[in-house]
Amino acid sequence: MNVAATAPKFGQSVKRQEDGRFLRGKGKYVDDMILPGQLYAAFVRSPFAHAKISGIGTEGAATMPGVTRIVTGQELAATGLPPLPCGWAITSRDGVPMKVGIRHALAMDTVRYVGEPVALVIAETQNQARDAAEAVMVDYEDLAVLTDITDALGDGAADIHPDIAGNLAFDWELGDESATEEAFASAAHCVPLTLRNNRLVPNAIEPRAINACWDAADEQLTIYMTHQNPIGMRMFYAAVFGLAAEHKLRIVSPDVGGGFGSKAHNYPEEVVVAAAAKLVEGPVKWTADRNEAFLTDAHGRDHLTDVELALDEDGRFLALKVDTKANVGAYLSGSGSLVPTYMYATMLSGQYVIPAIHARVRAVYTNTCPVDAYRGAGRPEAAYVIERIVNVAAERLGIDQAEIRRRNFIRDFPYQTPLVYEYDSGDYEKSLDAALDLADYNGFATRKAASKAKGKLRGIGVSAYVEACGIGPSGKLARLGGGAGMWESAEVRVHPVGTVEVLTGAHSHGQGHATTFAQVVSDRFGVPIENVSVIQGDTDRIQAGTGTYGSRASVGMSATLRACDRIVEKGKQIVAHLMQVDYDTISFEDGIFSSTDSNVTIAFAEMAFAAHAASGFPTDEIEPGLVASSFFDPPEFTYPAGVYVCEVEIDPDTGVVNVASFCAADDFGNVANPMIVEGQVHGGVTQGIGQALWENALYDPDTGQLMSASFMDYGMPRAGGLPDYKLVFSGVPSPSNPLGMKGCGEAGAIGSPPAIINAVCDALDVTHVEMPASPEKIWRLCRERETA
Amino acid sequence: MGKISLEVNGEDVELDVADNTLLIHALRDHLRLTGAHMGCDTSQCGACTVHIEGQAIKSCAMLAVQAEGRSVTTIEGLADDGEPLHPMQQAFHDNHGLQCGFCTPGMVMIGIDIARRHNVPDAATVRHELEGNLCRCTGYQNIVAAIVEGAAKMEAQP
Repeated sequence: MNVAATAPKFGQSVKRQEDGRFLRGKGKYVDDMILPGQLYAAFVRSPFAHAKISGIGTEGAATMPGVTRIVTGQELAATGLPPLPCGWAITSRDGVPMKVGIRHALAMDTVRYVGEPVALVIAETQNQARDAAEAVMVDYEDLAVLTDITDALGDGAADIHPDIAGNLAFDWELGDESATEEAFASAAHCVPLTLRNNRLVPNAIEPRAINACWDAADEQLTIYMTHQNPIGMRMFYAAVFGLAAEHKLRIVSPDVGGGFGSKAHNYPEEVVVAAAAKLVEGPVKWTADRNEAFLTDAHGRDHLTDVELALDEDGRFLALKVDTKANVGAYLSGSGSLVPTYMYATMLSGQYVIPAIHARVRAVYTNTCPVDAYRGAGRPEAAYVIERIVNVAAERLGIDQAEIRRRNFIRDFPYQTPLVYEYDSGDYEKSLDAALDLADYNGFATRKAASKAKGKLRGIGVSAYVEACGIGPSGKLARLGGGAGMWESAEVRVHPVGTVEVLTGAHSHGQGHATTFAQVVSDRFGVPIENVSVIQGDTDRIQAGTGTYGSRASVGMSATLRACDRIVEKGKQIVAHLMQVDYDTISFEDGIFSSTDSNVTIAFAEMAFAAHAASGFPTDEIEPGLVASSFFDPPEFTYPAGVYVCEVEIDPDTGVVNVASFCAADDFGNVANPMIVEGQVHGGVTQGIGQALWENALYDPDTGQLMSASFMDYGMPRAGGLPDYKLVFSGVPSPSNPLGMKGCGEAGAIGSPPAIINAVCDALDVTHVEMPASPEKIWRLCRERETA
Repeated sequence: MGKISLEVNGEDVELDVADNTLLIHALRDHLRLTGAHMGCDTSQCGACTVHIEGQAIKSCAMLAVQAEGRSVTTIEGLADDGEPLHPMQQAFHDNHGLQCGFCTPGMVMIGIDIARRHNVPDAATVRHELEGNLCRCTGYQNIVAAIVEGAAKMEAQP
């Protein structure tokens, strides 16, 4: 790209432009808003994991103070509201399309997980709505409860959905089964492992919220909601649910307090509130409490996997077979079929040359909260499988865990894996060397001895992850079953005084787009970054877009750059007339237009003014004004990759695992803003450590009650007990977008869980420990170790 | 319902609140000071942290009537719009101690309280003291750095 030589912003740790309002308490989140005539909603939720609804009594609740309306599933269905869709079509191995359990926005005759919404109460205050919700009398008849994958697939298990036998949504495969079996048959070593990927609750600190307002006169529906993709939601609400015509539907996602995937989904609650707002013709607000967030925000992970790796005499990988059972919860959420298939199995080659791979994935219904994308979404599950089995193999063959990786790394790019993807670029050895160096890998024995002298057990774990980001190439996604394009758009508006607005469908909910997108514009136009506003999250202002998830902001930034290029191109045409020189003689650098045929120079802002004054150039050839837009559909995915090295120190008396150090070498391609990117890695790694050591969404198998449904029961990472992480960027620019970026949002959560568990296993000298490696679990292993 | 008098961000205010109204709701819904946030229902996340008589408290764990006659400072009271940020706010900006911004007001308010009690705390002290404040975005590293630096700046101020 053409960057300003005087003060380039791209690649610099520019301080965030958006910080001021957050630091002053002036952020604008959905729950902060109170509209005139505001009504409040509360949900009646199922206390049972699986039950028939035999009656709903609303009479008592309806006459309570302030109650405006009570809405049931039958009533909503009568308005023509259809069930919620699953957006990604998967076909089973036998050619049968996936079986989708019908999910009504409000349960009709059966509830299938604790917390499933059954009715909505609207009242004048939030407390009135909540009190009345408790007074709605629902008659339930208990049904058999299944929360565990194995139980739900077991012989004689009750069917959770009618007409879906054996609770199997699909039985899907990827890769070459016979080639894989052949390789296994002649392999020197076959190393098996069974492992679970524990279920997680995303827990953005801002709970989900919506405030919906119906204007009957104009048939206009305005919705303020916490969401990562408001423009996508408008399409859903118009095209699927028919809540309003798309041009009469405005969705605004103002400041959003963290997403991590959990706010990218199409949830029943928000649909119900939007539909209810039309019934009462007033603004209706619902804000989840934390308990509701635990029970109903789509959960993450929850896999049970048998994996086996075949190796030759020298520890070179020959083949990999993977058999995964994925718990999708009570219903297939919007991406519930995508995450355990194309987001997961496609990544099972990891950073390695593995000539033959076969993966089978069975998606299983249970009486639990639906599972969908959560930071990493399928890729952490894949990294965990491959990075654990590699360590188990290394241990079996007596090869150092770093060496076995080095021996099997992909070195030639682009590299076509046996599983769909063609990795575009990378230098895995560079990241390995950088991470080992950062971690002082060679000095580990000394530190282990020092820990031992204190009565502590020290272990070191390496993991090497790769992921696919920057979705998407829309055509390729469609061939994999995707139902919508995933380009991104940006519109760049230059004002007469040379200030700039960027309007993009990418949505920042902590990622700092107001800064990074402005960095691109500042460089391209040579204008101060303070003169650039980045506008997002309002469908009335943004022309089009597909949102932020899957580490894909590079797509929107690329659209922004292209739109800027078009502005510069038009600027050159205008300037050629102003200077009365040939267009071909004009160049633009550092915010200045100049010509080889003139001593005159024209600054960017002067050109902008001239574009609007429209008197110095022929407006029949060049239209006045200075606006350009771009829809960027990347030609390929990007493939961020990296190597993480973690050291843990375990106290055998308490079972507490202390993360002694964590070092990360990440290839994110070109890095727009190292300060912001480091922050993304910090957050991702912490969520990964949380998964590995503390977090667990645990359902009681008998009742289906979520046992860890508050911050008092669920092991959220806190500041204590975490080290300062050491980071280095080992980037190789991506050829898949003009900025050379790869994406950084999810990497930390993908690469860190196996690094931690590899370190824990190393410390305890055991083959495997299931996540979370809680003190109780580790304490028991230490006792067994003593007994042995 | 009852009337209560209290001082909020240096101004005397009178409020009509129900006996069971939490301080967080009085601040957010009655006074429209929406900087303090509700992030949980169990006093665990600390997004609602404000100061009473200069000491950090979780405003979701206190009734509004308990604030009768007392002085409350919220995040909005640290620096007026257009005025320079409080040193702790500035340190959060300088150290990239915030991402989505939702936990940030609580983090800044507890940070100032940590500085008050420890003068110039080290990182380990700050990590321990943040036990009651959750952040899902930052992994805490830059928040800790911000509070260490903000506390040092506060100490250095006349």
